[in-house]
Amino acid sequence: MKLPRQERNKMALTVEHVSYIYDPDAPLSHKALDDISLTIPEGQFIGVIGHTGSGKSTLMQHLNGLVKATSGHIYYGGRDIDARDYDKKELRSKVGLVFQYPEHQLFEVDVFSDVCFGPKNLGLERGEVERRAREALAKVGVPEELYDQSPFDLSGGQKRRVAIAGVLAMQPEILILDEPTAGLDPKGRREILDQIRQLQTQTHITILLVSHSMDDVAEYVDRIIVMNGGKIVYDDIPRKIFKCYRELEKMGLGAPQVTYILHTLKENGLPVDTDITTIQEAADSIMQALDSFRITGP
Amino acid sequence: MLRDITLGQYYQTESVIHRLDPRVKLAGTLLYIISLFLFENIAGYIVAALFLALVIGLSHVPFKFMVRGMKAILFLLLITVLFNLFLTPGEALVSLWKLTITREGLHNAVFMALRLCYLIIGSSVMTLTTTPNHLTDGMEKGLRPLKFFRVPVHEVAMIMSIALRFIPILLEETDKIMKAQIARGADFESGNLIKRAKAMVPLLVPLFISAFRRANDLAMAMEARCYHGGEGRTKMKPLVYRRRDRLAYLCILLYLGCKATVGILL
Amino acid sequence: MSIVKTENLIYEYVKRDEEGNEDGVIRAVDDVSLGIRQGDFIAIVGHNGSGKSTLAKHMNAILQPTQGTVWVDGMDTRQEEYIWNIRQRAGMVFQNPDNQIIGQVVEEDVGFGPENLGVPTEEIWKRVEESLRAVGMYQFRSHSPNRLSGGQKQRVSIAGVLAMRPRCIVLDEPTAMLDPSGRREVIHAVRELNQTEKVTVILITHYMEEVIQADHIYVMDKGQIAMEGTPREIFSKVEELQRLRLDVPQVTLLAYELKKRGLDLPDGILTTQELVQALTGHA
Repeated sequence: MKLPRQERNKMALTVEHVSYIYDPDAPLSHKALDDISLTIPEGQFIGVIGHTGSGKSTLMQHLNGLVKATSGHIYYGGRDIDARDYDKKELRSKVGLVFQYPEHQLFEVDVFSDVCFGPKNLGLERGEVERRAREALAKVGVPEELYDQSPFDLSGGQKRRVAIAGVLAMQPEILILDEPTAGLDPKGRREILDQIRQLQTQTHITILLVSHSMDDVAEYVDRIIVMNGGKIVYDDIPRKIFKCYRELEKMGLGAPQVTYILHTLKENGLPVDTDITTIQEAADSIMQALDSFRITGP
Repeated sequence: MLRDITLGQYYQTESVIHRLDPRVKLAGTLLYIISLFLFENIAGYIVAALFLALVIGLSHVPFKFMVRGMKAILFLLLITVLFNLFLTPGEALVSLWKLTITREGLHNAVFMALRLCYLIIGSSVMTLTTTPNHLTDGMEKGLRPLKFFRVPVHEVAMIMSIALRFIPILLEETDKIMKAQIARGADFESGNLIKRAKAMVPLLVPLFISAFRRANDLAMAMEARCYHGGEGRTKMKPLVYRRRDRLAYLCILLYLGCKATVGILL
Repeated sequence: MSIVKTENLIYEYVKRDEEGNEDGVIRAVDDVSLGIRQGDFIAIVGHNGSGKSTLAKHMNAILQPTQGTVWVDGMDTRQEEYIWNIRQRAGMVFQNPDNQIIGQVVEEDVGFGPENLGVPTEEIWKRVEESLRAVGMYQFRSHSPNRLSGGQKQRVSIAGVLAMRPRCIVLDEPTAMLDPSGRREVIHAVRELNQTEKVTVILITHYMEEVIQADHIYVMDKGQIAMEGTPREIFSKVEELQRLRLDVPQVTLLAYELKKRGLDLPDGILTTQELVQALTGHA
């Protein structure tokens, strides 16, 4: 899929036939990524799903130039990011990557200085650095009284917010979050996801949410990319993806539980809409189906 | 991937040397090294070389792996040779400008180089045929008499074996934190020495914190599994000398005898 | 007789500020009394900071009560002469799969506990084999733990505890760091142990779908037991669970929503099967 140059410009990020091989010389080398092509337009909220080892994290590290593709090209704003004159540092400020368990990279004496680390590395002047840090912390909902605290004294959820703010403060145009909810309890999980959604609706920044949980992403994203064995197997809107729930299950993923319930109900003769992904919609659909049943009779 | 790296340089294959008790290999290596420095003459070196060749042949490890260990000390070897060559006083053989090569110097240089080569290859045989794990076991049991002098042998062995388990994990973690900081614009590669040292802070602080957290978790897990030091502990894989080990000791003694005889008589 | 029993258990710790001065006392466990029957599958749920992990650490004598008493198999955990007996009776599996495996080879790690207990060599080998088979990891016995998946590592940890022949296993959020398939693996292994080996299981978790098959559930909040009962009793109180900010399984939630819309359904529906049955009754 080779797009003309003007087309590529409109896309924030374009991935063309990217493959990546771990240790090509080692006897155990394997293809971590296998001929990936993908376009990411501006302002989209995308879920990237795959189980551990499907290549999703490796792909994400390609997008901001941390890992170089063995073959294929990645274009950001129409320019090849592996070109010799391409400024990788600028790319990394535009494509922000929040790693799994990002709180493990916190190192400064207080929250505020830690968030300043990113913008400071961009060579901005002090006023601007602090302005951005403040803005980023506000965006993820870290209250001002925590600014002077040591990041190591915060709770798990708070640490994670601070770490996300550390990347946001670089004001990226694309934000990639690798398993932002890993290890959090249900409360923390929902809070972080709601915060991310709010961030997306307010700033229209492009977000890639990497997860192995369908339940996490189903109700949030516009588009889901499913990865398996280093390949993209599905790339569509959530409803269409969950139609293939049996195939997803074979990949160790599965659809949200609602999908299973609705399919079982339909198999039992209740005319419900099986494309639904949220509880509220499902309840409405079941009520409707039951009503129509009562009127027309079985 | 970093997790796949093997520590030390164990070469996996089947051989009688691999199966030997690690204590035999430790003692053998030590005695061999000592023998290199005693009774030196040409015949002695030939005996040492033959013995080494025999062991290498039995180990089924390709010779190029033995030589690999030499690369690391090539520089040291070169310096030793040069120093001996030029700085030993004695009967002059060749004179070049201000440097003189003496007969004694040449003699010393050649033997020193040989000795170092034997030493490195000899200890490579041990590390190539023994897993780090086995080596730790052998040290724990072999050094047990040191307990008499209040050396915490069991504890040191436990520390070594835990270190061996966690080094790959910490290496992987280093790689991850490094990438995460690079994603935040950190630069580990450019600038002068001071700037680079400062750039290491965002890497080292999280790494230390993580190492301490792991140590803490591990200590708790070990206590929960009733670990309370070496006292009253049994072994799942106890080291027991077998016939082949006794034979191996005999071979080592035979070699030492040979070397001594040749060294004294010739 | 209860295998684990607590009576008015209170655990407090002193929080210190940066200079190391006392900065208030935090009560992590607040007056908890419970009794766990031999052979049961018990779940303790609650969000982070609810005190569930602190409570768990008392059952293995890693922590000592500030006030009140904990008995494990009839032994008071404050009596030091019992400490190794207690730890052998009530084994513990922790959250982080990487930080609790000591051995460099799977079988050696499983043998670590019996070695500490002074079990004779031949008996250790027997126990290691049995334990690894019980969690389905026997074919990995000579692997390096570093090459295993998270779920496999946790199963090795469970085998490591099992080899000590405990009467009770306490699992402190064993699945929190795993992906969905790893989580399924671990929960399956734990349930199997409870059913076939009759080992008492105390599972601490914040994933509600893992506790549906428990015999009894304790819900913790602010150091206290906020709710307790069978899964059906607990899950029939959807509003209360939501107030405690816990997840409710989607089936239960759907049934709850349908009831709110006026449908007459029984309380505490837990499985898709039950919901389908109840609904087809209506149609």
